[in-house]
Amino acid sequence: MQKLENKEMLNQLRDENKERMENSKCRVLICAGTGCLASGSGEIYEKISELIGENPDVEVHFGPEIAHGDGPMEVKKSGCHGFCEMGPLMRIEPLGVLYTKVKLEDCEEIFEKTIKNGEIIDRLIYSQNGVQYPKQEEIPFYKKQTRLVLENCGRIDAEFIGEACAHDGYQAFAKALFEMTPQEVIDEILESNLRGRGGGGFQTGYKWKQVARQEEKIRYVVCNGDEGDPGAFMDRSIMEGDPHKMIEGMMIAAYAVGAQEGYIYVRAEYPLAISRLKQAISDAEEAGLLGDNILGTDFSFHLHINRGAGAFVCGEGSALTASIEGNRGMPRVKPPRTVEKGLFEKPTVLNNVETYANVPMIILKGAQWYKGIGAENSPGTKAFAITGSVKNTGLIEVPMGTTLREVIFDIGGGIKGEAEFKAVQIGGPSGGCLVTPQLDVSLDFDSLKKMGAMIGSGGLVVMDSNTCMVEVARFFMNFTQNESCGKCVPCREGTKRMLEILERIVAGQGKVEDLDLLEELATMITDTALCGLGKSAALPVMSTLKLFRDEYLEHVVDKKCKTGTCTALRRYVIDPEKCKGCSKCARNCPVSAISGQIKEPFTIDSSICIKCGACESACPFGAIGVEN
Amino acid sequence: MKYITINNRKVPFDDEKNLLTVIRKAGIDLPTFCYHSELSTYGACRLCVVEDNRGRVFASCSEEPRDGMVIYTNTPKLQHHRKMILELLLASHCRDCTTCRKNGVCELQTLAQQLGITSVRFENTKETIPMDDSSNCIVIDPNKCILCGDCVRTCEEIQGIGVLNFAHRGSEMRVMPAFNKCMSETDCVGCGQCRAVCPTGAITIKSNVHEVWNALADKNNRVVVQIAPAVRVAIGDEFGIPKGENSLGKLVAALRRMGFEEIYDTNFAADLTVIEESKEFLERLESGENLPLFTSCCPGWVKFCENKYPEYRKNISTCRSPQQMFGALLKEDGRMNTEDPRKTVVVSIMPCTAKKNEILRPEHFTDGEQDVDYVLTTVEVARMIREAGIDLTQVPSESLDMPFGLASGAGAIFGVTGGVTEAVLRRIVNSNRPEDLETISFMGVRGDDSIKETSIMVGEREVKIAIVNGLASADELLQKMKNGEVYYDFVEVMACKRGCIAGGGQPTPIGPRTKKARMDGIYNIDQASQIKLSSENPFITMLYNGLLKDKEHKLLHNHVEHKCDEC
Repeated sequence: MQKLENKEMLNQLRDENKERMENSKCRVLICAGTGCLASGSGEIYEKISELIGENPDVEVHFGPEIAHGDGPMEVKKSGCHGFCEMGPLMRIEPLGVLYTKVKLEDCEEIFEKTIKNGEIIDRLIYSQNGVQYPKQEEIPFYKKQTRLVLENCGRIDAEFIGEACAHDGYQAFAKALFEMTPQEVIDEILESNLRGRGGGGFQTGYKWKQVARQEEKIRYVVCNGDEGDPGAFMDRSIMEGDPHKMIEGMMIAAYAVGAQEGYIYVRAEYPLAISRLKQAISDAEEAGLLGDNILGTDFSFHLHINRGAGAFVCGEGSALTASIEGNRGMPRVKPPRTVEKGLFEKPTVLNNVETYANVPMIILKGAQWYKGIGAENSPGTKAFAITGSVKNTGLIEVPMGTTLREVIFDIGGGIKGEAEFKAVQIGGPSGGCLVTPQLDVSLDFDSLKKMGAMIGSGGLVVMDSNTCMVEVARFFMNFTQNESCGKCVPCREGTKRMLEILERIVAGQGKVEDLDLLEELATMITDTALCGLGKSAALPVMSTLKLFRDEYLEHVVDKKCKTGTCTALRRYVIDPEKCKGCSKCARNCPVSAISGQIKEPFTIDSSICIKCGACESACPFGAIGVEN
Repeated sequence: MKYITINNRKVPFDDEKNLLTVIRKAGIDLPTFCYHSELSTYGACRLCVVEDNRGRVFASCSEEPRDGMVIYTNTPKLQHHRKMILELLLASHCRDCTTCRKNGVCELQTLAQQLGITSVRFENTKETIPMDDSSNCIVIDPNKCILCGDCVRTCEEIQGIGVLNFAHRGSEMRVMPAFNKCMSETDCVGCGQCRAVCPTGAITIKSNVHEVWNALADKNNRVVVQIAPAVRVAIGDEFGIPKGENSLGKLVAALRRMGFEEIYDTNFAADLTVIEESKEFLERLESGENLPLFTSCCPGWVKFCENKYPEYRKNISTCRSPQQMFGALLKEDGRMNTEDPRKTVVVSIMPCTAKKNEILRPEHFTDGEQDVDYVLTTVEVARMIREAGIDLTQVPSESLDMPFGLASGAGAIFGVTGGVTEAVLRRIVNSNRPEDLETISFMGVRGDDSIKETSIMVGEREVKIAIVNGLASADELLQKMKNGEVYYDFVEVMACKRGCIAGGGQPTPIGPRTKKARMDGIYNIDQASQIKLSSENPFITMLYNGLLKDKEHKLLHNHVEHKCDEC
């Protein structure tokens, strides 16, 4: 690739690629996000490439209403489309059709029917409540979203810088570099009121301003890509699907604060993100967008990738910088803050992936435009990873201020199966739960904080009435306890004891006093822990204790788990009406807890029963079940 | 003037680096395990939490004091949190207090008492981890560790070695050397500073008490003991004697009651060191070889130099340390005395854990015999005194035995940083006029600074001297020397900050006030002694003409790697 020496060359690159993309006869974009890859999109890509490769000059007939060019056909590996529930996904342009749950054996049919003749294969398109949605944009999951940060994810080839440029990639950077002073860039970001998407919601522009005014001239720009919340993959999707957008954001930050070096800290569990970032960095270097004298100016910026070794705590700023330095990843006391003494003791801008990905559009379209999107004090959009008992799991992006109801029921399609909505855990392992009366709360930094929850990095785990909230609390506490760095006593010892108590409760050995002890520990940890992760470690327990205290009491007093989740609390019973006395259950019971007379109803001795469920699956009459 | 309102009382402050210091200055002793003014702020124990007028709780060790702040240090919320933290620590801690070395002096135990923790609601579910007793100097018991990180930071920041660090995470976290090594496989120099800061019994001194009792009980032994300069001003701490007071006479009396036959003063050997080292220094100045001369009294420093700067090994004085000179001398004395068939056993009482390692070095065997048999630290001797049922406060003072019980003031000051240099300077200047002695003491040899510099004219030549305490400072100095940024002719290094008075074998805690008291105590001994110059010690002259005749090199110098025509 030719080195870009000025802005004109960058524009030329944009125009060339735009033209090429518009001119292509047909573009097949196969989702190569981690989810789709895992369900076989890699093979699908190979197959389609092979089919097209064998028929390079094939005629395509999409019908008169669909305009397309006469350039070559293209098969591209795109980043995550977001609709992970329905993967592997394939988008065919210019038809705009999205095929879902594509299998390898569908490829030839797709090629013959859709690619050659524009014929839509009904079984591969998405349908909901009897309505079929051939066009991606029409699908309710997409229709209700506002995809700005994720705009290019699923639309461009993430491994080719030209396509990013065709979608105005690096235009914002060029604007900053040639038309704005660093101060103007900071002012614009400050004015936009962009708030950190990593969880804290701290004003990005304020951070930049503080770094810019430090006396020390060596400064760093660091990107936090250590997305550790279970079930969260917003940042991964950006790094995999549109790495240049994030890199551009970092470059603008570097220009604004006068940094010469940047680091992207990515968890090693994201190999695809790492390889795409590496590719993106080396492409950008080759294009002269990274390195010395960028676009012929005297601005130089070098970008490095650091892989995290899998510690959740390294998502905390000071632990992250310590980890890059090669030290043990442990949070340190502040002051000094990262903006004063961050990486290598130098002033450091530390933002997360999504935050940086917001920056280019602010610069390009202006702070006023940006402020028009989202909520009052939380402008812009937010990406959420929506998982759990919801029909459409996946990655979504909505304006701040959207309600939970819209997210869960309109975009998420509501609760899977027949169960009812119970709660949503928001903000990852250190977030809180929200329940039905709070469904209409606006999803923004301040409203959630008032509710005792937080946006966090944007994980949304939807839970239905079959979910045991005590078990949920135990699950998150287990995570936090495993991931505690061990530095401060409250988090190291406190979470361990909280977990022990919760384990006791789900095992049916809890006492009523345990609930008080849990609250006592939770308050102490929240008040005294050293870092943000520790301070919020007890939040899931506090929030479930507050909202679902009766469920806890049921576990400790009645020794019951009405959802049947807590195995130790299950009580298997034989329905005497249905039991035929065949003795199959008794013969299958590993601990001889079942007894009875042949042809008479059998009974289970709960004091012996180990709740393995062998009897339930052995019974040919469906007479055995868990008592509610 | 800036003020902070602490518990409704206005407290002025100036440039204190954190809120905790202001609170302590106000007379409120907030508990901490991990805060030490000389170490970086770690902020892990969370005991020093305070509450502000908005109910916000934060650790005072890492909070900047701000004018107009309103804080409370003892609200019910804080009391509850502190108790809970302590209860949690106790829950994961081995609670065999009655059999613990630190029983009675353990900070965790004291605080549990102070805060009234009477029961622990959590089970200790931790697996017992084996102790690491591979080192000759210290023993590490991970089951008693509360992970305050004081040892980690001391080893890294003060000593510049970093043998210990954290491994594993969460409740599995442990302090240990890297790569699962045991202490003896590391670059540990044995200084014991980790032990000196450890609030619990997790790091203790490797004990030789048992062996010494056995040696004393054996009729075939003549047990001789030497007492190092810094011991006498510290041992009193163990018995409630005012800090820094010279308890030598009482110690001698106690040792005699315990069965030690001859009790001598390491200060005497220090006088020998001054003479030998001054001679060597002047010779090196003359020849210009192997300059600067590094002092060799501190075994922690010698090992550090060997580990990290082997190229400077030749610069270390060939003089044995006072302990080793004395050991060699006493053993030779025993060998020469054909009338007494008993075996001479040399015990030394040292402020230092590294000395336990020093006696085992190959060069410290003369004629195949180990020069010093056992090293007892101040703390171990105190324990023996208690075991023997002796009340040190009540025992009347006795004097040391002769001829090795008389020493000059120059020998006495070996116990503090700069002392060796000052003693050598007295020898070089060779004047006992009070005004000359005073000039030397004001040359910059005394004081707390980590690196002190001075110079003196020797003949036509200006001799440049550096005095270092703390190995991290030694590291800094050697690095500069290596880079050619600085030049010296004579460098004194003491591994421990402020010298042997704060050694790893001394009674703890060793806070700034204790250090000051001990330092004053040492200088008072010098002040009170009639003989100020090592060369004026009459028994030294006698010795050179007697036992030492033609044996100076054999008994007083190291021979390993030392090429010398006379040996």
